[in-house]
Amino acid sequence: MNLLRRLGRGFLAIPRSGRRLLRRPGARVGLLLLPPMLWLGVAYLGALGALFITSLWGQNSFTGTIERVWTLDNFHDLLTIEVYRTITFRTLGIAALVTVVDAVLAFPIALYMAKVASPRLQRLLVIAVLMPLWASYLVKAYAWRGLLSQNGLIDSIASPFGLGTPGYGLMATTITLAYLWLPYMILPIYAGLERLPDSLFEASADLGGKSAMTLRRIVLPMVFPAVVAGSIFTFSLSMGDYIAVRIVGGTGQLLGNVVYDNQGAANNLPFAAAVATIPVVVMVVYLAAVRRTGALENL
Amino acid sequence: MRLPAGLRAALTGFTLLVLVVIYTPLLLVVLNSFNADRTFGWPPKKLTLHWWDVAAHSEGARAALWTSLQVAAFATLIALVLGTLAAMALRRTTFFGRNVVSLLIILPIALPGIVTGLALQNAFKTVLGLQLSLVTIVIAHATFCIVTVFNNVQARFQRLGGNLEAASMDLGAGPFTTFRLVTLPMLRSALLAGGLLSFGLSFDEIVVTTFTASSQDQTLPIWIFQNLFRPNQAPVVNVVAAVLVVLSAVPIYLAQKLSGGTAEAMTGAR
Repeated sequence: MNLLRRLGRGFLAIPRSGRRLLRRPGARVGLLLLPPMLWLGVAYLGALGALFITSLWGQNSFTGTIERVWTLDNFHDLLTIEVYRTITFRTLGIAALVTVVDAVLAFPIALYMAKVASPRLQRLLVIAVLMPLWASYLVKAYAWRGLLSQNGLIDSIASPFGLGTPGYGLMATTITLAYLWLPYMILPIYAGLERLPDSLFEASADLGGKSAMTLRRIVLPMVFPAVVAGSIFTFSLSMGDYIAVRIVGGTGQLLGNVVYDNQGAANNLPFAAAVATIPVVVMVVYLAAVRRTGALENL
Repeated sequence: MRLPAGLRAALTGFTLLVLVVIYTPLLLVVLNSFNADRTFGWPPKKLTLHWWDVAAHSEGARAALWTSLQVAAFATLIALVLGTLAAMALRRTTFFGRNVVSLLIILPIALPGIVTGLALQNAFKTVLGLQLSLVTIVIAHATFCIVTVFNNVQARFQRLGGNLEAASMDLGAGPFTTFRLVTLPMLRSALLAGGLLSFGLSFDEIVVTTFTASSQDQTLPIWIFQNLFRPNQAPVVNVVAAVLVVLSAVPIYLAQKLSGGTAEAMTGAR
């Protein structure tokens, strides 16, 4: 056996010391991890760290160049200027609303897919839910612009009832975002429900549980981590969006717009960096809070 | 399953309704690409193929498509290498940093695109003093594409275990030979699925792209966004949008072929 191994290694042109290194599991893990960790751990985390440092720098109000002096002015402005507080709460509110709407819409669909549909139909439904994910994000937001327009489809359906389109604004933004991220909620809940054994439903029914009670006391608690997993995406994606709100939001502004406008038109990178720390802090807190539910294993 | 008939009917109806709502906007985009009226009112009064002809000759759209394909290809290549390395490192090891590494891989996609975009732009421009270019877009895209490959490869490792590779080693093959002759073939369809997903993710990305692209670099999403509000370009944008909707069936079809219909191959994490 030893001879065979040695023969097999014969055509590896690696010096003996290198080969010994490869045989040590710790060293092998280290070597394999080195490139991805240089990229993500050093470059990406480094960039995030640098962003935070930039947010603590000032800006020359005359030339617009970054001045590398430590200051808390950006965070002071962010917390004290009324409009930024409003935009922050509005953004968090919309992100939460989108998440709730998606969860409410996704649960019945996922339940149908996992526990009512035949296996063949199940496969087709997974495709039907996935397919819009591959259609361009912009195209979908743009389609809603058409749907919500003054003489668009929604208006022509609603007008016989004396209603109209909600028009472009925060309501339109919420609808569009909920539409865009719905598949990210359906898929994890579906996966979670599919893992639930049918016998649980039967046991509950045998013990006299009506279906509403079974859903509330058995199914919901067990798929909760999956719902949370979906909510990480719907929440984070909504919180960082600035494109959909530009397309269907009218004059409405979200945090993303403030970040974008400050790095671009206003050319105040330090302030943009300070604004961008809000979603980071919110997401880190959120991820830490849901870690115990086991949601991260459902991603 | 023994759900009561009433509940089953309600669930069926609800699912149908939502599917209709999901597909209506997409169908409308395709229909509008034939709409002769520039304002795209409902219902369309007259249909035409004129816009398709105009779009086919649009230099801007064609150049942007080529840019997007290049960016997606290079970003996917990098993601394939880094994602596979990370998945190989984390299999069979239970070292303390395992969760940290997984979290780090998910992070670029769990954080909103404006954060990743701004952080990388700041790093390129302010810290490193680089000019934004196609290269910086590729680097940014590869960063959030790693997770798709990693997820697919890791799932495959979990399913297949390491017996085949152990057998290969016992029969005398070294680590590189084993990787080439055993591991790689075992991973082939997982790599294709992960790569496909990564390609689609990069091809469609706009938020991170706007932060890491110079004003000369136009990927297809950036081109669409810039022309969306120009009245005389809107019909061309409609055609491009319709093409993208129709083309989105291709990766779904391929992923189906590859995976035999498991959701794993097609989703990963975004």
